[in-house]
Amino acid sequence: MVDLIEYERGAQVAVSPRGLSRFRSMPVSKIISALFRDPRHFQITALSTLVLLGAFYYAFGLPLWHVLSCVGSTVATQFVGDKITGRRFDARSPLISALSITLLLRTGSIWLSLAAGIIAIGSKYVVRWRGKHIFNPANVALVILALAFDSAWVSPGQWGAAPWLAIALFGVGGAVTKKASRWDVSLAFLASYAALVLARALWLGDPLSIPVHQLQSGALLVFAFFMISDPKTTPNARLARVIYAALVAIVGFTIQFALFKSAGVIFALVLTAPLVPFFDNLFPASRYYWPNQIRKPVSQSPVAQPEGVSHDTVQT
Amino acid sequence: MILSKLKTALTGGVAMSMLAVGAPAAAFCGFYVAKADTDMFNDSSRVVMTRDGDRTVITMASDYEGDPTEFAMVIPVPTIVTKDQVHVSDVTLLDHLDAYTAPRLVEYHDGNPCVSDEYMKRDRLDMAPPVVAMGSSIESEAAYLGVTIEESFTVGEYDILILSARESSGLQTWLTSNGYKIPPAANRILDSYIKQDMKFFVAKINLEEQAKSGGEMLRPIAVAFESPKFMLPIRLGTVNSKGSQDMFVYALTRNGRVETTNYRTTKIPTDVNLPVFVEDDFDSVYPAMFTKAIDREGGSGVVMEYAWDMNWCDPCAADPLSVAQLRELGAFWVGDDGDMQRGGVKGQARDVFVTRLHVRYDAQSFPEDLKFQTTGNKENFQGRYVMQKPYDGSMDCKAADRYKKTVNRRQETEISTLANLTGWSKTEIRGKIDASGKGKKFDIDSGSGERWWDDIWGNKK
Repeated sequence: MVDLIEYERGAQVAVSPRGLSRFRSMPVSKIISALFRDPRHFQITALSTLVLLGAFYYAFGLPLWHVLSCVGSTVATQFVGDKITGRRFDARSPLISALSITLLLRTGSIWLSLAAGIIAIGSKYVVRWRGKHIFNPANVALVILALAFDSAWVSPGQWGAAPWLAIALFGVGGAVTKKASRWDVSLAFLASYAALVLARALWLGDPLSIPVHQLQSGALLVFAFFMISDPKTTPNARLARVIYAALVAIVGFTIQFALFKSAGVIFALVLTAPLVPFFDNLFPASRYYWPNQIRKPVSQSPVAQPEGVSHDTVQT
Repeated sequence: MILSKLKTALTGGVAMSMLAVGAPAAAFCGFYVAKADTDMFNDSSRVVMTRDGDRTVITMASDYEGDPTEFAMVIPVPTIVTKDQVHVSDVTLLDHLDAYTAPRLVEYHDGNPCVSDEYMKRDRLDMAPPVVAMGSSIESEAAYLGVTIEESFTVGEYDILILSARESSGLQTWLTSNGYKIPPAANRILDSYIKQDMKFFVAKINLEEQAKSGGEMLRPIAVAFESPKFMLPIRLGTVNSKGSQDMFVYALTRNGRVETTNYRTTKIPTDVNLPVFVEDDFDSVYPAMFTKAIDREGGSGVVMEYAWDMNWCDPCAADPLSVAQLRELGAFWVGDDGDMQRGGVKGQARDVFVTRLHVRYDAQSFPEDLKFQTTGNKENFQGRYVMQKPYDGSMDCKAADRYKKTVNRRQETEISTLANLTGWSKTEIRGKIDASGKGKKFDIDSGSGERWWDDIWGNKK
């Protein structure tokens, strides 16, 4: 139901004059409220804060060229993709993907940074099913590059497991996913993962400090609140999302603890993403739209492409 | 100048590297003075992990110096290992690797400020700090207790058993009845390892063999195995420990740096200028600096002290390991074919990247075993501390006044840096400087010195 309310709000914004011009006639308070209406603004703010925290507090190897090439390549790819498909360009989604890649991808090669952005955004235009892209853009780019190149990797230990960071991520991540109506995915994922590591600890007879340490992992929480929660690549219905999140947790846990590969959840998301269309078939519900997108008619009949749709096409 | 310093370093009993001798570029990273080797840390253990793909060789060195009859070790291992997979190594290899990777103290010497060219050159050096990116009855008892002796053999001075077990109490009973002292609290941990399908590598000293080898020190044991698990079991070691323990992990890989995946790997502060008295006090300065770095992470942590391509070093605390030494440590991929010229030094190219991780751990902050991954990061990193030594000859010129002021300011900054890095107070540091007599400030007669306005209207004396 939360989705529907978001939709109505979205439709209102979408009929107003497009672009920055609509802000000119608005009082400041309205501009601020308009800015806060779009969950992407929350995401961009939160992810940028994490990038700054990573660069300056945690001293990740985050060279400026990496940040710039991630941002440049995602935004440029989106621009080209929108031009080809005739959609209105919107830099916000590629910016979110760019920040996620900046945070997670480690590489010493500018070419791989650039490639990450192109693969991420390119996948949105190429791998689609019924007008919805299949893979979380940043996620698929990370996995392809980490598997294909020795010089690209993910550092799951980079955030450590400090309690204060876990609490902060819970707070900020909770607010962001609430805004995008995807807190259910994050919580279902974390609850399932917690159940699995707790069950493992109980079976092994390990002290509770071990699963607690595993759950405090900054990398796990960043994944839960900023990657799996992408409204565009999660199932449309809430029940489907909860089941899907649990599935990602099970696959991720298996990769981590049975195959002994780090960053298991990141691989799990790519492996399970192709199942999302099946979930959408099994549990029909209306799709998520960003506030500036016009809601697509539910029917599957050929419809003219509504203007203002950023990266959803209508399946003909 | 270079030669005289080189001589000082050599007479100081320090092995200068091939590179430092051959290539003038070495001076750019400073002249090696001292290193922080593992002797500075009591009760520390050393482990070399050589890994490529799933192939792993772990070489463990014990600093055990007690009665050999009392020595025993129980190490969980991911797979069963046979006699061929176990090897007794040489402790000097580990010492060499330790020296090569140790955080290092280097020095630069200021030139005579009265020799203008020299001064200009040194001035540039000052302005651009030298930061460089740079198994019978035993068996039947075992079977009764659910313990299987998978392998039993003697290698060097060690009698080794590879055990698998069905449950921990049987294993514990068996170990205890066979003379291994296992603390009761270890029971749950053993149980956890059994359920994770780990085997147990159990070693005791064979006194006859030890007498034959004539050695007093226990030699390191190397074990080769193939497993997707890239980890080090530390939990058994934390059971009876009173406080935190130090462990040095030297990881040798083909691809690049090794980092922990379930703990944060941080870097030791590096490339900072420190007061010159540190030269005599590095073995108290570095441990204090390490402790302070660890405190920032909550009193425990994984700290990277060195990460470097094994083909060179700059400055060198010890020569890079030879191909033969690397192969002895398990770097199976390093070929012994084809000599290559590299870095102006005759020798083979060593496709090995070394990462030195210094881990300070206790049960509370390290509840889980250490898990690692190899990354593609080949960026070199070293813990390097610089002493910029002031010119100590006679100076009789105008430039000398300015130089002395610069040095005095620089020394203040160095004291602040040291205070910040070690947690020592500035008063304490000044006390140390006075006691050592090194790095004292220049006396400057404020009345006769050059004032800032002297320069602008040309009314110089």
